[in-house]
This record gives sequence, structure tokens and C-alpha cells, in this order.
Amino acid sequence: MLRIDNLKKRYKTGDMALRGVSFTVQPGELVGLIGPSGAGKSTLIRCVNRLVEPTAGSIRLGDVVLTDLGGRELRKARRHIGMIFQEFALVERLTVMENVLSGRLGYVGFFASWLRRFPEADIQRAFSLLDRVGLTDHVDKRADALSGGQRQRVGIARALAQDPELLLIDEPTASLDPKTSRQVMRLITKLCAERGLAGIVNIHDVALAQMFLPRIIGLRAGEVVYDGPAAGLSSDVLTRIYGEEDWSKPAGDAEDEDDLPAATPQAATGLVADPLAVR
Amino acid sequence: MDTQLAAPAGPRLWTRPRLIKRAWLRWAIVLGAGLYLVLAIGSVDVNWARVSEGIVRAARLFSGFLQPDFTSRWSDIQQGLIESLTMTVCATVFGVILALPIGLGAARNVAPAWLYGICRAIIAVARAFQEIIVAILFVAMFGFGTFAGFLTLSLSTIGFLSKLIADDIEEIDESQVEAIRSTGGGFWQVVDYAVASQVMPRLAGLIAYKFDINFRESSVIGIVGAGGIGATLNTALDRYEFDSAAAILLIIIGIVMLCEYASGWIRKRMA
Repeated sequence: MLRIDNLKKRYKTGDMALRGVSFTVQPGELVGLIGPSGAGKSTLIRCVNRLVEPTAGSIRLGDVVLTDLGGRELRKARRHIGMIFQEFALVERLTVMENVLSGRLGYVGFFASWLRRFPEADIQRAFSLLDRVGLTDHVDKRADALSGGQRQRVGIARALAQDPELLLIDEPTASLDPKTSRQVMRLITKLCAERGLAGIVNIHDVALAQMFLPRIIGLRAGEVVYDGPAAGLSSDVLTRIYGEEDWSKPAGDAEDEDDLPAATPQAATGLVADPLAVR
Repeated sequence: MDTQLAAPAGPRLWTRPRLIKRAWLRWAIVLGAGLYLVLAIGSVDVNWARVSEGIVRAARLFSGFLQPDFTSRWSDIQQGLIESLTMTVCATVFGVILALPIGLGAARNVAPAWLYGICRAIIAVARAFQEIIVAILFVAMFGFGTFAGFLTLSLSTIGFLSKLIADDIEEIDESQVEAIRSTGGGFWQVVDYAVASQVMPRLAGLIAYKFDINFRESSVIGIVGAGGIGATLNTALDRYEFDSAAAILLIIIGIVMLCEYASGWIRKRMA
């Protein structure tokens, strides 16, 4: 359904963010995209809805070649692609309802949206989505009055209000606590299953990815280095994605000796006379 | 270097890193600046005879303040006030209407480069001259009266608001813009939902603030012939009617304070 072919992106600064990425996503399939910071995860999903212009390669959604579209056509295509953001990206000063209704902007004209006169069906849809994500009581609250988990649920409702075929989900849990993260991931996977939505989820928490996402794509320095089931993320594979690290130990013990300032030149200036004494 | 050896034994010393590291240079700069200040003050030529005359006049002015005369020139004062307020209201409204599109065009994250250049140039021109100089030019062009004042204040409103709106728009949270674009919203929908909603509270505060500045300016530019309460004040001072002048000044102070409180209230409500 979504087909990405040899996608490349070079930023104006000369950084090669993507070096020929190819994969396909089947209808109803949720894919986790993992990789170190700067591997190009964010760039990749932003190329799909063209918030970032790809340098080369093609992206098709169904029969539409997204990379060929311009202007009005592109905006029409974006209606079918919902996006969920790391910092929620809600319009902070607008109400919860206005934020959810903003998911319909691609379908209504400027004056109708300016006067907040959305079609009755859109408003009913927004109400039922807010019911679904459990925010019925907060309809007229301003978005900045909500907690992190509530705000992300508004973000989910906004994306679903578009009636999308595909969801692009950028680090949905990075600003949330561990429990809320799980609740949000559970909600996303459930809603996608109910509606048969396909989605790409950027996620840096490998454990969380394995818990909720059946298929994982590992990105490193703009290249796909792993594409397979979540169960296949062995130590070898993780090393290929993230680099050398002892993956068998719990995270707390993994503090490397070479992270400490012992070998740094400060020692010679007399500022750090004996770094080991600090411990 | 021997501190390196001493360090582990005793407590280690720390002082705040200085802006200028070399102590002699730091003191040379401070002393030089002090010396210049003393010489500069010494070079100001004070004519004590004129100062004492001025003090006498000031005393008369202040005694006028003690008995402000609102009545004998009331019709002039009233007309001046109406002119000033009309000027202020019209110029603020007209200025805001023009400043909004110019400000939007002068925000680099919203406008294309060519439009950005044009709008920034307009702002630079509108801000280039101080209001009094602009007022003198407009009075020379269009003659004495409120029209010159209206044009002056409109221009200064454009310069002030467009620049601050543009700077505000450049500092908005871009992720909200991304979010609205990703829903398939068009340019004006992005401006409405993602840009306007972020800058609106500050914009309302700025407009209220500029209204209050415009009223004050309107009394100043009246002195160079642009009409309004300033012209009335100037006439009163020319005729040495300090009691009427005092009444006018008190009214100006009252209205400015009223505007100040009102704009403060609006800003608080919009936050």
C-alpha cells in the first residue's frame, strides 16, 4: 500500500540524512522505525507527507505517487495521511474540540474553518473520537490545560479525524512517562487494528517497540540495516543498528569507563587532579 | 603550575571567570571610562544666569499647576482633545490594517524570500525617522492640521507593529505549523490556526500599547503643527497661559494613565 523506493534526502547543509531507503508497508500493517538519534527517522516520515522535500526516490500511497504531487494535489493527498507528533504539536491556545476539528481542515474551505463552522458530520465525528479516546469531559478546555497523556490523545483524535489511510507517528511516547507511554501505544495499536490503518511509528524505546509492533525496521545513518519481525532483534542486530554495546546487561550497569573524564585533557590542567576520587 | 600539586591537599580555589581576563586591561578600561566621563561633564557649558531665569519661569509654571484653569480655554481644549483622539483612533486602526499583512510578509518562516525583502524594506523606511521629523514633513506636504498627524501616526504604527508582529511570527512553535500542514490545510488555514492563534495575545497587547503611545505622540506632534491637543498646548504656552497649559497637561496625563491601565488589563486578559 505504501511503497518507498530508493528514497534519498540531502539537506542544504550537505548532510546526507537518507541514503536510498526502500520498503513497503501492507494495508493494516504497523511498522516500528528504530535507530539512533540522527539516523533519519524523522526525516523519513516527513518525506512521506512532504513536510520535508525528498532529494531523490519515490513514494507511492496506493496509486498516487506522493513525490510527484504539487500544490493542491499534495494537500489533497495529505488528507489521507494522519500524523502524530512527539511534543503533541497541538495548537496550544485553541480548545480540544478545535484541535480535533483541525484534522478536517483539508476538507473545508478557509472561511468555514475561520468561522469554526464545520459540517455537522465533522462535529459528530469529532465528538465520537473524543469519546473513544476518553476526553469527553474536556471538549472546551484549552489544549495547554491538559496533561501530557491527554494531549497526546487529542493528537491521536486529530489524526483520526482526517479519516486517514496511513498514520505517520513520530516518537509518540518520548514526552510521556513509562505508564502513559504504554497506554498511548496500546491505544494507537488498538485504533489502527479497529480501522485497518497502516502506520509507521518512529520510536527510540526498543522494549516498547518490541512490545507493541510486530515488524521493525532499523535505520542507521540513513540506511535500512534491519527489516524483520520484532522477535528478531538480537544483540547482533541491535549492535548493527546502534553500535557496540553489551545488550545483555541491564541498562544501569552499562556505564562505560571511557565516559568518565579520566582520559580527558582537563586532568593535565589541574582542574581534575584525580577523577577517580569523585566516585 | 604548582597549584596542580597543591590541589589534592587543600581546598581548590574558584573565582568567577572574568569577561576581560587581563586585570591591567580591565582596570585601564574602567579608569579610562571614568576619566572621559569627568572631562565630558566638565565640557558642558552651564550658563548660570539663564538657569536662574529658568528656575523663575519653572516656578511660575508650577504655580500654574497648583491652580490649573480648565474653564477659560475649555472650548479650545475640548476641540484639541477630540482632534487628538480622532487622530489616534483612526491612525491606530488604519495602521493595524496595513501592519498585519506587512508583518506577515516580513516573517521569514512564512513568506517567500522576495516578499520578505519588500516587507522588511517597507518596515525599515517606516521606522527610519522619528515621529516629529515625519510630522514636520507631512505638515510641509499637506499643511497644518490633523490629516498630517493622522498620516504620521499611521506610518509609525506600521513601522512599530509590522516589525514586532514579524519578529513574533518568526519565533512561533514550528511544530504546530507542521501539524496543520500535515492535515492538508491550505496556506490561510495554516496562518489562521497555527500562526494567528500563537501570536494573537501578544498582538492584542501590542495594539493596545501602540494606541497609548499614539495618543502621547499625538500631543507631541501637535507642537509642530499636526493638530490636536498638542497644538492647543503650544498655543497656551506661547501666550504664557501656564494655568491653561497645566490643565491640558493634567488631562494628557490622565488619559495616558487610563490607556496604560486599559492596555495592561487587555494584555492580562488575553494571556
